[in-house]
Amino acid sequence: MTFLRPDQTFYPSPRMACKAPAERLGYVATLNTGRNNQPDALCVVDLDPESPRYGRVVHKLEMPYAGDELHHFGWNACSSALCPYAPHPHLERRYLIVPGLRSSRIYIIDTKPDPWRPSIAKIIAPEDVLKRSGYSRPHTIHCGPDAIYVSALGANNGGGGPGGIFMLDHFNFDVLGPWEIDRGPQRLAYDFWWHITEDTMITSEWGVPRQFENGLVFEDLLNGRYGRNLHFWDLRRRRHIQTINLGDEYQLVFELRPAHEPTKTYGFAGVVISLKNLSSSIWTWYREKGRWAARKVIEIPAEPADPDKLPPPLKGFGAVPPLVTDIDLSLDDRYLYVSCWGTGELHQYDVSDPFKPRLTGKVQIGGITRRAGHPLSQGPLLGGPQMVEISRDGRRVYFTNSLYSSVDDQFYPDRLTGWMVKVDAAEGGGIAFAPNFFVDFGETRTHQVRLEGGDASTDSFCYPS
Amino acid sequence: MHPLTHSATHLDPMAGWALMIGFGAYHGLNPGMGWLFALALGLQQKSERAIWRSMLPITTGHAVSIVLVAGLVLAAGHWLPVSRLRYLTAMVLLAFAVFKLFTYYRHPRWVGMRVGMRDLFLWSFLMAAAHGAGLMVAPTLLEVGHAAAAQTAVLSAGTGMLLAVLLHTAAMLAVMLLVALVVYRKLGLKILRSSWVNFDLIWAVALLIVGATALYHAVAMGSA
Repeated sequence: MTFLRPDQTFYPSPRMACKAPAERLGYVATLNTGRNNQPDALCVVDLDPESPRYGRVVHKLEMPYAGDELHHFGWNACSSALCPYAPHPHLERRYLIVPGLRSSRIYIIDTKPDPWRPSIAKIIAPEDVLKRSGYSRPHTIHCGPDAIYVSALGANNGGGGPGGIFMLDHFNFDVLGPWEIDRGPQRLAYDFWWHITEDTMITSEWGVPRQFENGLVFEDLLNGRYGRNLHFWDLRRRRHIQTINLGDEYQLVFELRPAHEPTKTYGFAGVVISLKNLSSSIWTWYREKGRWAARKVIEIPAEPADPDKLPPPLKGFGAVPPLVTDIDLSLDDRYLYVSCWGTGELHQYDVSDPFKPRLTGKVQIGGITRRAGHPLSQGPLLGGPQMVEISRDGRRVYFTNSLYSSVDDQFYPDRLTGWMVKVDAAEGGGIAFAPNFFVDFGETRTHQVRLEGGDASTDSFCYPS
Repeated sequence: MHPLTHSATHLDPMAGWALMIGFGAYHGLNPGMGWLFALALGLQQKSERAIWRSMLPITTGHAVSIVLVAGLVLAAGHWLPVSRLRYLTAMVLLAFAVFKLFTYYRHPRWVGMRVGMRDLFLWSFLMAAAHGAGLMVAPTLLEVGHAAAAQTAVLSAGTGMLLAVLLHTAAMLAVMLLVALVVYRKLGLKILRSSWVNFDLIWAVALLIVGATALYHAVAMGSA
């Protein structure tokens, strides 16, 4: 708790957050799933270009258990702590809430007193998560104004659903229980976020644990049994209010990025694959006459490829799907970054008009057939742009290359190795690799990145700029 | 005869009312009690009128919460002599203050950002009740009611208290409105980062100080 003023990483509005100082360090979830019982770790990477250790892993906090498969971790508190109806501005952005997607274990990691050497403050045992939340396979963390929200992909028994949302107490991290009072027709879960000033939550759909834990089930995929819906919820009353079915051909609705500005009522959703032509797509949801609607605004086509160079699941198609598995929106709501994990490209779109995105930049690295290298690593590199994170001022973008161990091995059967790269974003659009930043993690894979003090996918704001 | 109407007091009735006004100003200053919510609504709707409109439900919610406590004190006055009532009020307040000292950072989890008049009224009532705004002024209300009944020919204990609550609420409204407007028009949101002290902790300490003072007063007054 602070006394004289709130945690200085909390900002009332997104525009104020854009002026935050540059991050000196980042936290990266690194994975050893399936590697002889070696545990996952949270790595600290030096991001300060002035530092002699720039671009290096300077600390590694190993988890005490193996097989967690750490996923989309987040902060205990962020700018939403300033929200006027339940303010607790003197909490500190201090603990990282790190969920194990495979183990259902949750680590509470303390980044103080020394942010360069975080330590484990508390472990929520899988049994406690299952028993108290009613869910399993915790996936994404968001700091809400009144609690820490966690999405979970499975129910608390076996490999089925429904998945949903549960809450952790802000102060002692106890599991408070399932969030939903009325889930309506929702069964599948994946990502979630909200329009906090609209009291609206949005959730997306992947599948239940038995549909991904041993890799994608291609029979389910071809039969359209994965998620294709967006769900809208009353955040205040915890009730499902609307389903938007994007269409039967669309499978795996992944990341959700609502506009940061509290007066804007639109956002972007990424769809991994279309059964019609293997394309990926980005959809804009928006409010229209009191209801929510969604429209496809970007379609990224599959690239034709020599079947001999394709992994088994793709041989029959003769093409590389872009496999958009992560997207991220800069804090000024201007640029949307799109990870094409299959083709090995990171796209930057100007989304000033959310219905008419313009492609303003592109870099290539990795890719199923391209295997493109980097200025600091000739390649071939496996994996592709995946978890992407943007600095608060929007000038630096970091990304890693692993999606999920068993799915990695389906699309990159030559066993990808972990890396992290950085891209510089020019003022008026356009991106290029930072030539002196390439972090090689070797056989350890890399997933979510969080930046010191917050980034473009951690904070939500209650006050307009 | 109502016990509040027959024993002597050393508290100047003017001092009691001044205290009630002071508490009102203090409650109005607390970001968790109204001005911040009003400001956010004004900013979100891009309209200063939204701030003005939210004042009525927030003020009423707060006042109702205080009136309920005044009613409790008044009712207790039917059964207990004022000397015992002083102890009782002070002890309840102290117990709550100690509780808040350990849980000062916790707030009721209720509502969201899209609120109507009724929501704001209930929110304000809940905030005042859960943070003990009424309890904080209970010892003063007791003295004001007591003095009103004992020293003036025209006021009963109940009307004295009601008048005190009105003064309290008016002071709260004035400060709350002033802060919301000054931040909206002049200071801007940066003040939230630079000057938002830990009001929750200060509030808990204030409860403790008022409780301790009330207990001291109860002892000093003895069975008078």
